[in-house]
Amino acid sequence: MTSGFVRHRRSKRVIATFPVFEADLLRSLAGQLVELLHNESAVVRTEMDPLEALLDFSGPTTEPDDPVLQRLFPSAYRDDDEAAGEFRRYTEGTLRDGKARAAAAIIDALEEAGLPPEPDEDITIDVELDDELALTWLRSLTDLRLAFGTRLGVEEGDEDFWESLPDEDPRAQAHHVYDWLGFLQETLVRSVR
Amino acid sequence: MTTASPEKVDPGVQQDLTPDSITLADTPWVTVVWNDPVNLMSYVTFVFQKHFGYGKKKAEKLMMEVHEDGRSVVSSGSREEMERDVQAMHEYGLWATLSKAE
Repeated sequence: MTSGFVRHRRSKRVIATFPVFEADLLRSLAGQLVELLHNESAVVRTEMDPLEALLDFSGPTTEPDDPVLQRLFPSAYRDDDEAAGEFRRYTEGTLRDGKARAAAAIIDALEEAGLPPEPDEDITIDVELDDELALTWLRSLTDLRLAFGTRLGVEEGDEDFWESLPDEDPRAQAHHVYDWLGFLQETLVRSVR
Repeated sequence: MTTASPEKVDPGVQQDLTPDSITLADTPWVTVVWNDPVNLMSYVTFVFQKHFGYGKKKAEKLMMEVHEDGRSVVSSGSREEMERDVQAMHEYGLWATLSKAE
C-alpha cells in the first residue's frame, strides 16, 4: 500500500509511490467522476455486482436529483430559490468543467507517471506534483470523497458502524476505499502547507 | 475584517441616506460554511488559509466553529464578493451559502 504523499526536500515537489493496482483504482474512480460530471442521464446498468454499483458514480443520475451532484453543487442560498437558481445558472457549468478537468488531471498525472492502459505486471507508479497540480489533486480527491461519502451515507462519528460490517459486505469494501482516499488526502494536505 | 466607513468616504452623501440604506452600503452579506461529515479538518483549515489568506490560527478557529457549531461565518462583504467566495468554496468542495448579515 502507498505510504501517501511527502514533500521532496530538494525538488520541492510532492511525491508519492503507488502500487500499480492502487494507481489503477484511482484512475478508474477519477474516470467515473468525469463521467458523472459530464453525463447526468446515464443508462441504468442492471448487470453490475453490488460492489461495482457502489463504486460506480456514473450510474443512473438525473441531475439535479442525484445526491452526489447535489453535494458537489449545493444551493448557494438557503431561503431564496430564485437567487439560488440564478447563481446556479451562472456558476454550475464552470464548476462542473473545473471538477471534470481536475479529475482528468489525476488520470493524466498517473499515466504520465507510467500507468499502462491495462496493468498486468506488478510495477510501482511514482507520481510527482508541483504546487499547482497538488492543489488540483486536493480538490479532486475531495470531490471523490464527497461522492463516496454521499453514496455510502457517511455520517459524523459513524466509524464503529463501518468497522462492524463483515469484510465481504460491499459497503465495507467501498468504505475502505473511502478511508484510503482520506488517508491520501491527509498526507497531501500536510505536504503542501 | 475591516471595511471603509461610508461617512469617511463621502460625508455629504450620508445625510441623504436612510439608516437602512447605510446598512446596505456597509457589508451586509456573509459567506457561511456548513459542517459536513466528509471533509477533513486539516483540509478545511487549508482552504481557509489558501482562499482567504487567513493566518493558521484564524483558519483553525473558523474550522473548529464549523466542526462544533455546525456553521461559521468565514467572510463578509458585498453580495458579489460573497457569491465569488461561495463559488470558490464549492470549487474546493466545501458546503457554503451566502446570506444577509444578521
